[in-house]
Amino acid sequence: MRRYVIRRVLSLGLSLAVASILIFLVVELVPGDPASYMLGTGAQPDTIAALREQMGLDLPLPQRYGNWIAGVLSGDFGHSFTYKTPVAGMIAERMQVSLPLTLMALALAVAIALPIGMFAAARRGGAGDTLVMGATQIGISLPNFWFAMLLVLVFAVNLRWLPAGGFAGWDNPLEALKSLILPAIALALPQGAILARVLRSSLVETLGQDYIRTARAKGLSRAQALSRHALRNALIPVLTIIGMQFSFLLAGAIIIENVFYLPGLGRLIFQAINQRDLIVVQGAVLVLVATVILVTFLVDMGYALIDPRLRK
Amino acid sequence: MRASLIVGGLLSGLALLAALLSYVWTPGDVLQLAVADKLQPPSAGHLLGTDQLGRDMLSMIMVGARTSLAVALVAVGIGMGLGVPLGLLAAARHGGWLDEIIMRGNDLIFAFPSLVIAILITAALGPSATNAIIAIGIFNIPVFARVTRGAALPIWVLDYIRAARVAGKGRARISIQHILPNIANLLIVQGTIQFSMGILAEAGLSYVGLGAQPPTPSWGRMLAEAQTMFAIAPHVAVIPGLAIVITVLGLNLLGDGLRDALDPRLRRSP
Repeated sequence: MRRYVIRRVLSLGLSLAVASILIFLVVELVPGDPASYMLGTGAQPDTIAALREQMGLDLPLPQRYGNWIAGVLSGDFGHSFTYKTPVAGMIAERMQVSLPLTLMALALAVAIALPIGMFAAARRGGAGDTLVMGATQIGISLPNFWFAMLLVLVFAVNLRWLPAGGFAGWDNPLEALKSLILPAIALALPQGAILARVLRSSLVETLGQDYIRTARAKGLSRAQALSRHALRNALIPVLTIIGMQFSFLLAGAIIIENVFYLPGLGRLIFQAINQRDLIVVQGAVLVLVATVILVTFLVDMGYALIDPRLRK
Repeated sequence: MRASLIVGGLLSGLALLAALLSYVWTPGDVLQLAVADKLQPPSAGHLLGTDQLGRDMLSMIMVGARTSLAVALVAVGIGMGLGVPLGLLAAARHGGWLDEIIMRGNDLIFAFPSLVIAILITAALGPSATNAIIAIGIFNIPVFARVTRGAALPIWVLDYIRAARVAGKGRARISIQHILPNIANLLIVQGTIQFSMGILAEAGLSYVGLGAQPPTPSWGRMLAEAQTMFAIAPHVAVIPGLAIVITVLGLNLLGDGLRDALDPRLRRSP
């Protein structure tokens, strides 16, 4: 176990390092000089050059990467070119929208997937199974931003139950939650459909195991065997998918945030790209990727803890 | 489950037919604006109504199908073209440093939020259908590499492969002559799935303005343009969305059906 952990931690560090270099290089490729953007079209060349020097843009590539990553490691992500505020603060502020939205969507997705997956697995091959699995196929095929538009049309424009977009902050928690409900549903439905399918197939496989037959022979009903024995064992692949979906939702909300005009992390990246605020793009994408790598790492470690066979 | 094969084939065939037919005939001209006829609901003159510039929606959907299918198809081609050889190579050198590098590289690409990177790439290279293809295609590479390697590994230990090696065939020749034909089914199924995901990704990128540029019609951009007026004329938002759902659903069902049809061992597991 100790060797496994050491190896995984080393590979975690390596992944993070390579990821940060890749992000830095891709952002380098974005055309347009931030200094000229900041000063506008009428700026003198020597003013631009002075600003470039002040921003550290005249330094050679490796040195700039070094400066950036050294800052990041001490919690300083630099200052936004456009707003002059610390990038770390901007990311933290956007996380206040993205993180609750992601968690709400994930909780909803699980709430959709559990009953559907269990229902279908219990009626494997029957009409109910076919019907429910057909419905999940449609769920997977929905573009979430289109589904979001339909939700707005029904619940915001016609019924006026919920806001069509915008986010006023957490000062009024009830209003804040209300602005996140429709985006969360839009994000959750396709993910829930995927999760339901994974759960069903995992359950079907588990239900074919000998210990389920033993449990049934002991006199447990199908439903009891399913909920007491099969579900727990079937959850491992489901947890893997949930781990992947967490990161997908955190970043994948970018388009949904556009539909609802939510000030989330994805929208921050999107706006920063358009404004050539490259230091913000670098920082925010790094936070996202590092989160994905860390969540994957933690999920792997969790499995190794539960299942010794995986420590190979 | 023969039904999914038939329904899937019909639905995705419909999208393909619309795209191909649009090259020779469309009910209206997608470049012809007729603002006086804007936002008309479906009628005999315009089967799917008109959009905010008075263009015939059915024609827009047909021409838009070209963009969606072409972008997704080429992106799958990129993924297969690079991912399959990498996967074969990794399997042939199983346990070696080459295998390790390829697989760790895969993990790394998987860790990147694909949509964000696609947006970054299209921002770096400029928004266009070609750059959308590149952005989507890059993320198909690790998928195919992983599927190929996973399917190839169990075949490498079979007796007839050992026989081929004893007979003096090199790893590359074995990979192409013996491994590839055995995993082709799996790659076709995966290709169908990636195809459908590519259509969703293209729609998303066009929706935020990073896909095909005007005046080329695309389903995603039709939805973006519909956003401000769908409260007045819901059909401008509903119809392009339905086109996406029908195509993606068709491809997903086709993939499921193909998997069941091509590999009886996989039947019943979704």
